[in-house]
Amino acid sequence: MKSQISIENVSKVFGRHKALNNVSLEIKKGEIFALLGPNGAGKTTLISAICGLCRQSSGTIKVNDFDTLSQYKETRNQIGLVPQELPLDGFESVYNSCQFSRGLFGLKDSRDHIEKILKTLSLFDKRDEQIFGLSGGMKRRLLIAKALAHEPKILFLDEPTAGVDVSLRRDIWKLIEDQKKMGVTIILTTHYIEEAEQLADRVGIINSGEIILVKEKTTLMSEFSKKTTFIRLSKKLKDLSFMKKNKKISLTENGMTLKLVGINNTSNELQSIVNLLSQNGIFFTEINTVDNSLEDIFLDLVETQ
Amino acid sequence: MNIQAAITIYKFEMARFRRTIFQSLVAPIITTSLYFVVFGAAIGSKIESINGVSYGSFIVPGLIMLYLMTESINNAAFGIYFPKFVGSIFEVLSAPVSSLEATVGYVGAAASKSTIIGLMIFLTSNLFVTHDIKYPLVMAVFIILTAITFSLFGFIIGIWAQNWEKLSIIPTLLVTPLVFLGGSFYSIDMLPEFWQKVSLLNPVFYLISGFRWSFFGTSEIPIALSIVAILSFMAICLLIIAIIFKTGYRLRT
Repeated sequence: MKSQISIENVSKVFGRHKALNNVSLEIKKGEIFALLGPNGAGKTTLISAICGLCRQSSGTIKVNDFDTLSQYKETRNQIGLVPQELPLDGFESVYNSCQFSRGLFGLKDSRDHIEKILKTLSLFDKRDEQIFGLSGGMKRRLLIAKALAHEPKILFLDEPTAGVDVSLRRDIWKLIEDQKKMGVTIILTTHYIEEAEQLADRVGIINSGEIILVKEKTTLMSEFSKKTTFIRLSKKLKDLSFMKKNKKISLTENGMTLKLVGINNTSNELQSIVNLLSQNGIFFTEINTVDNSLEDIFLDLVETQ
Repeated sequence: MNIQAAITIYKFEMARFRRTIFQSLVAPIITTSLYFVVFGAAIGSKIESINGVSYGSFIVPGLIMLYLMTESINNAAFGIYFPKFVGSIFEVLSAPVSSLEATVGYVGAAASKSTIIGLMIFLTSNLFVTHDIKYPLVMAVFIILTAITFSLFGFIIGIWAQNWEKLSIIPTLLVTPLVFLGGSFYSIDMLPEFWQKVSLLNPVFYLISGFRWSFFGTSEIPIALSIVAILSFMAICLLIIAIIFKTGYRLRT
């Protein structure tokens, strides 16, 4: 798949703080790319640099081969941005606000297009109301509508579901998937790892201004996948002294469950642990195995960095 | 060139003006009327004519200039400061809008608003005094140049300001005194010689004097000097704005 956004050795320095440190990244056309990272990792700074809200201190960013600094009109024309906060002029009406967004991109008023977006985002009934009167969730949807008003090829969503209820979150996820079907490239930052797990084709993890990993989501999940097995015991255990020291095995606080991390159900290792238990007169009532989530992988990677 | 973007910003700002039309127009009209009642009728009746012009008529150009300058600054400063304050400026900064297009949109709207207010004040003055405009074309040019120049100045203030206090500090502490001391309500010939020389250091004096010339055909200084003064101020403002956009000063991080 062709790269739509190409970021090469980009750094951004604020005073003494290096918000981005030699970041290189390729975003492919038509994909959903989830950029994950803890607070202050540099996610918003990177998005801001691509969208023109800040200027990188060094390095180059290209959007469809256009440079974001010297050919900013060409690059920005292709991009729609949904910011993290809710920065809206509350005195304006919903419709006019969308029209304003569209006009900034050099496009004339298209009532049909804007009304279609407002209907999709369940804001059509509110089109003539002042933004002040909207709820937080509606304002969030309005920001998405404004970003889509000029029919962008690339959509940046900076924590689009932060602070919204479950139902609206599902609606926004559906909208993101619909945009992808229409060929829009989507770059998503989120704190909800579940969101990335649900939507993303590829995942990038950024920490302290550095990209520490970029992988296909499925590859990431399989490469970093660890199974955790819980063996519920028939009686309480005080310690695991009868077992050889094994870092993969631990006893839960109440002493009723053994936790085995990274041991496959079909492996001999699990069989020998079960045998050892029975040899010591310890029986179990239940065995459960769970795969680790993207959240576990994310935390492992960030913590071990 | 993204002309549509400039038009969009212009229309958006003019819509804000329409939303507050009562406050925008009625307040200056009432205040102007009070000026005419107090200065024109009550005090003016005790003052002899100045260069053959009645005092009531004499203060009309000064009053229009007073509003033109302050309204241009306030409208332009608010126009760019408000989206900075609420954060919605991100839309303009992330859109394919050049510095020229953004400036034309914001400054054009502010200048249009203040020109409308200036014309309303002129019409109001006709209720109190009668006067013929000697050079109406020059008057129109002065109004437009002043509105644009001081809107550019206000635009700079709006970008520079980081809080509401800073937004009002320059108009209140610098511009208003300069306008009042620039001969809005008197001829500098009425001042002692020393203060006449001090007045020549006030840039606003040149604008008011030139504008008054378009009304009555007489002024304290040559009209060419007034035009040079306003064009110079406009050039300085344009230069500062160009630097602001080039460096991203207080707009882009």
